[in-house]
Amino acid sequence: MNDKPLRVEDVSLSLGATVVFQHLSLSIGRGEFVAVVGPSGCGKTTLLNLLSRFIKPTAGKVECNGRVRMVYQHDSLFPWQTVSENISLGLRHLKDPSEKRRHLDAMLRLIKLENFADHYPHQLSGGMRQRVELARALIGDTDILLLDEPFSSLDYLTRIRMRNELARMLDQMPRTVVLVTHDIEEAAQLADRIVVLTDRPARVCSQFQIELPRPRELTHPRVVETVHEILTDLGLEHTGWQQVVAR
Amino acid sequence: MNPKRFSSTDIVLPSLVLLIALLIWTVLSLLKVFPDSVFPSPLAVAKGFVEEVRNGRLVEDVVASLFRVTTGFALAVFTGIPAGLWLGHHARARTAFLPLINFFRNLSPLAWIPFAIMWFGIGDLPTVFLIFMSSFFPLVLATIAAVANIPSVYFRIANDYNFGNVETLTHVTLPAIAPQVITSLRVTAGVAWLVVVAAEMISGRAGLGFAVWDARNGLRMDLLVSSMVMIGLIGIVIDRILLQLTKIPSVRWGYER
Ligand SMILES: Nc1ncnc2c1ncn2[C@@H]1O[C@H](COP(=O)(O)OP(=O)(O)O)[C@@H](O)[C@H]1O
Ligand SMILES: [Mg+2]
Repeated sequence: MNDKPLRVEDVSLSLGATVVFQHLSLSIGRGEFVAVVGPSGCGKTTLLNLLSRFIKPTAGKVECNGRVRMVYQHDSLFPWQTVSENISLGLRHLKDPSEKRRHLDAMLRLIKLENFADHYPHQLSGGMRQRVELARALIGDTDILLLDEPFSSLDYLTRIRMRNELARMLDQMPRTVVLVTHDIEEAAQLADRIVVLTDRPARVCSQFQIELPRPRELTHPRVVETVHEILTDLGLEHTGWQQVVAR
Repeated sequence: MNPKRFSSTDIVLPSLVLLIALLIWTVLSLLKVFPDSVFPSPLAVAKGFVEEVRNGRLVEDVVASLFRVTTGFALAVFTGIPAGLWLGHHARARTAFLPLINFFRNLSPLAWIPFAIMWFGIGDLPTVFLIFMSSFFPLVLATIAAVANIPSVYFRIANDYNFGNVETLTHVTLPAIAPQVITSLRVTAGVAWLVVVAAEMISGRAGLGFAVWDARNGLRMDLLVSSMVMIGLIGIVIDRILLQLTKIPSVRWGYER
């Protein structure tokens, strides 16, 4: 077993005339939760596509050891299938129907949608749909979870609720996670490490380690401090929050 | 979200309008705005209707028309939808065929009537051919458009969860296009019903269109109107039947967004 299930080594990638990556390197440890932030169009989705082996790099090496599931940026539940049927896609590798049933029931309980098992996606709220997307990706024995701005279409409060939900689910079923987001708060609240990418061609601009057990609260001082550090790094904040508090 | 409860006004209001229409018709025929011979009264039409039922012609005409429209329409569905699926998935073939399909789609099927008679003679065949020509091209185009509208992320999911080709077709493509295709089936069936009546007037032997034509030649305006009523009612019934398809739970999403 490799303790770096995801590894990008000196990767370059051009899509048509667009140079998306040049000599990008990044590795992610087992069980680690890494958030990737960066300007839109810099190649965050493309990075996930590389990690899931959906696309191949022009040069360099991508290693991916383990079963990968991805949650996409846009609604990707099958609207013609019920909540149960959608989640069960993640159990296709299991043969035994009673075992499937057991996993499915446990998952429906975990996402608190037992009473919505036979509902269709269009009958759910945005937050409920997002829980089903997460459930489909988490169910069954997978190792790596790739999340592409999963909460960006939700309103602020629902987004915070979904972060707690995700942290709770990962507490029960730990995974190696790569979360792409443009929400720095979200990254600071959820991740062990935050990778900030530059504009295209994307490089790792800076990284932030957050040594704090998960799940955490949004207003935990260490989370707030990290948000401040990142914003300062991006040139968006100048005075230290400690100074503001002292004043 | 919940289907609207069927309320009594849903029956009362349309009945009221029908009653008023019937009343205006009666008044006009009593006032002799037009002579009886060209403006039959509701009573005359009712008598004519009973006469047609008694002598069995009505049943014969309805069966003939329905047989032709069903055959032609079924042929169009079972060839047009697969053709649309194939073209929807093959960009080059689509580029090649689309202008031709668009050309035929914009050509009224009635323009084919002379050829239909010359090629297939009199009877069921020319009418079936005309129905087919009226339904095939719109169905191909609607299916192509529906396939083009499938969000690519669905195919990505199918790939992620190891769907085979056949499973992707039956469990992704077909359910994804179902709502749009059902809508187009309703529209196309309506057109097919218009065409069967028109085609039978010219190339028919039996059938409701032929009955209209025959009544006109015999100057039996009462029978003409009774055929017209029958044509309209069957048209409504056909649409109602196809409307049931939109109530299948797994296609509801297509109509509620
Ligand atoms: N299939 C493609 N062909 C050409 N260019 C692409 C393709 N996919 C993405 N790109 C380009 O690559 C860049 C990165 O895209 P993406 O990874 O989606 O950015 P984001 O960081 O917003 O997720 C963008 O400039 C986009 O236009
Ligand atoms: Mg993106």
